[in-house]
Amino acid sequence: MSEEANEPIEVLRLPVELEYQYTAGESASRFLRAIKRGKLLGQRCPVDGRVYFPTRGCCPQHGVPMADDGSVELPDVGTLVTYSIVRIPSENIPLDLPYVTIQVLLDGADTVMMHVLGECALEDVHMGMRLKAKWKPEEEWESSVGNILYFVPQDEPDAPYDSYKEHI
Amino acid sequence: MRDVAVVAFSQSLSKRREADRNEVEILIPVIHELRTNAGITNEDLDFVCSGSSDYLAGQSFAFVSGLDAVGAWPPVCESHVEMDGAWALYEAWVKIQMGYADLALVYGFGKPSMGDLPLTMALQLDPYSVMPLWPDAVSIAALQARLLLDGGLLSERDMAEVAVRDRAHAKENPFAQVKGDFGVDQILADPYLVSPLRKHDCSPISDGASAVLLAAGDRAKQLCKRPAWIRGIEHICEPQDLGVRDLTRSRSVEIAAEKAGLGAGKVDVAELSAPFTHQEILVERALGLGTETRVNPSGGALAGNPIMAVGLSRIGEAARRVWDGSADRAVAHATSGPCLQQNLVCVLEG
Repeated sequence: MSEEANEPIEVLRLPVELEYQYTAGESASRFLRAIKRGKLLGQRCPVDGRVYFPTRGCCPQHGVPMADDGSVELPDVGTLVTYSIVRIPSENIPLDLPYVTIQVLLDGADTVMMHVLGECALEDVHMGMRLKAKWKPEEEWESSVGNILYFVPQDEPDAPYDSYKEHI
Repeated sequence: MRDVAVVAFSQSLSKRREADRNEVEILIPVIHELRTNAGITNEDLDFVCSGSSDYLAGQSFAFVSGLDAVGAWPPVCESHVEMDGAWALYEAWVKIQMGYADLALVYGFGKPSMGDLPLTMALQLDPYSVMPLWPDAVSIAALQARLLLDGGLLSERDMAEVAVRDRAHAKENPFAQVKGDFGVDQILADPYLVSPLRKHDCSPISDGASAVLLAAGDRAKQLCKRPAWIRGIEHICEPQDLGVRDLTRSRSVEIAAEKAGLGAGKVDVAELSAPFTHQEILVERALGLGTETRVNPSGGALAGNPIMAVGLSRIGEAARRVWDGSADRAVAHATSGPCLQQNLVCVLEG
């Protein structure tokens, strides 16, 4: 037997390509249609009144359907509840390094949203900062959270820790 | 062994395409209805188990979002099988037998309309020598039908009669997708889809979900006037390689039926989840069903095939007929893999 015959076969090229046609779903579509108009839409759980952001079909805690009429429009201001300063590049993220990923608790919401912070020196970032969304020009709005470029610090006192500690 | 029964069942419509709702949104009202009808809350549940497939969703861990429909509070022992919900029910049954649970919620859901289902099914074939050829599920089933026809084991007319029967039964099933009165000669005049299969030989592609409650002993009696007791449940798997199996009979159904004790009494109702007409005939034969058995009063998988839920729905449909007294003894069947590779048989009694 030749040496080649004993070579282990370590690579097989078996490409798999399947196409899928997605629909966002009824509840996510409500959120996406709203953000296209510059509105932030959350949804209220009929059991305990908590507001989930963005809208979803079902309260994930109680497993009860959240009706269309439970939609709540939220302001584009909120509190920074946690952050991380990113110094390594990622292929899918077109931001200049370093940048700050944040979790924002929008006023009136009970769940946080993920985004990035802008117009802020790294050494000034801290929990409790009050933030406001910086939107793209209206003519560029589409059905995407990318309509918000980033959040910017507001010139107002920090939110007290107790006001957001349940949402960390 | 503990006495365990199916005590509640809910299902969605089988639809060719859910245009607006995502997988989870199909499931949400099904779970909600199940709990409401049974009069239970999440606090009553000891175990939750689901069946679905990430390949259908085209997303890894897609099943996790299905838990939104159940609710994650209070925390409960939870599991998932990448199989039809009938196997999730089996896992729940084992859990109850082990004494770890008294009341279990089982569900299955799928939205195959998002992708190309017959092609997606190629991914369950041998990954080195078969799957790279991308044989679709209908073509694979057609090879099996050819073996049966040319072997003189059944005729195209036999197959058409199965389609006619199931579609006629499905008229009584508000959840079914393909239903109505058809003539055997009429549908035999249709062209082949993939020879020797015609369209009526193939189950439809269906988006859908279903859910079942399993309860032990007294808990079952509290929740249901006439519980459908599981007197036997077994699943058997054959080899993946189509060439090493006898495709003209279903040994795994035969063995599962024997181990589940199906032959111990008469069978009033059989709910079968065979996705092709010739496979329904094979399953019927392997179960040894006679003329006293009403086969597929719901229409079976040929009338609606919400993949990953269809087998669980067969158990629910069989149980329903025990609850209402129209059956004293019923059998439900679920299948997985190409050409009836793996089969589950569940015997229910009033």
